[in-house]
Amino acid sequence: MVASAKLRKAQEAAESSRPYAVRMGTVLNGLGAAYADREDAPKLLGGTGNDKIHLLIVATAERGLCGGFNSSIARLARDHANKLISEGKTVKIITIGKKGNDILKRLFPDNIIENISLRDVKRIGYSDALSIGQKVLDMFDNEEFDVATLFFSQFKSIISQIPTAHQLIPAKIEASKTEEKAQVVSYDYEPDEATILADLLPKNISVQIFSALLENAAGEMGAKMSAMDNASRAAGDMIDALTLSYNRQRQAQITKELIEIISGAEAL
Amino acid sequence: MSEAIKVEIVSPEQLVFSQDASSVTVPGVEGYFTVMGEHAPLMSILKHGFVTVQADKDTKSFYVGGGFVDVSPKGVSILAEVAKTSADFSEEQIQEEIKIAKEQLQKAKDADETSVAQAILDGFSNFADEVKNMRPSGF
Repeated sequence: MVASAKLRKAQEAAESSRPYAVRMGTVLNGLGAAYADREDAPKLLGGTGNDKIHLLIVATAERGLCGGFNSSIARLARDHANKLISEGKTVKIITIGKKGNDILKRLFPDNIIENISLRDVKRIGYSDALSIGQKVLDMFDNEEFDVATLFFSQFKSIISQIPTAHQLIPAKIEASKTEEKAQVVSYDYEPDEATILADLLPKNISVQIFSALLENAAGEMGAKMSAMDNASRAAGDMIDALTLSYNRQRQAQITKELIEIISGAEAL
Repeated sequence: MSEAIKVEIVSPEQLVFSQDASSVTVPGVEGYFTVMGEHAPLMSILKHGFVTVQADKDTKSFYVGGGFVDVSPKGVSILAEVAKTSADFSEEQIQEEIKIAKEQLQKAKDADETSVAQAILDGFSNFADEVKNMRPSGF
């Protein structure tokens, strides 16, 4: 009951953040498509030209007891990290949430550079995502990495969360449909396209992180609910099985004693 | 009377406002501007300031802390990092903001800065009035 109330809240939060993220995506796609292949594209869009150092941002839950939720995100991140390492690239990991850190700490003790804890945060606000986003951007400005990938779980339904890897930097621009393209053409820009793009790209990072955190929160609650449900059901099955064997043994005991008494009486 | 436009104010956390309006005034980086029906497609970065939505006889204002506006044939989308109505502020916070705005006004070096600070001061003064009307003194 508690979990379902929490789930509803988390789900609402995730849904109410979607309009912003969707519009941001549309605008960026429109703007970015024109810039993607140009030489003077902003670094956040065009990349640094290298892909030697990879930053993995792994967002998981703070608490356990939610089935395979945390480990499936961590597994995806682990496979990705192993692949990059075998290709000879440098991997840096930032974990958000305690559980992911626990798992990855054992596998990549030297690669984890930071763990961000959201344990004290009751309701994830945009400011939380903003500070994480700022941290990532600062690192990017200091050329501490070339490619950033965000790992989180996409909330599909209560019983299904899909661990997802999403490339943050350089930003991925989805090719817009021809139909939309026709509408984008005649925009006026104030001050100008490049400035707007430069303003939007860093914001987009925070927005992406924010929506990932919210998806995660909803997914965690969902996973928790189904884990609880499974646990209750398993406990019920176990109780049935144990009751049966208890009764059998009791019956066997009684029969044995009866036989002893009867055979004792017969012997007399 | 020009055609109505659909105005949406969205913050990362929620859809703050969505309604048809006759005009909307936004704080663009190069000064406040007003958008009415059938405006040419425009995209602009916003400064922090006040968005005023005019619908029939009703006027609503929102405080926005930076973001951008997308004017398209479908309507006006204001994506603000912070979007608040007067109800989201306490009286003390408004007084605090008014104080800051007054300081900014004094510090303003040229006409541009003066008008920006003045607009913010006016906006918060309006908020103060609204809050007073909503919560009659005596509580």
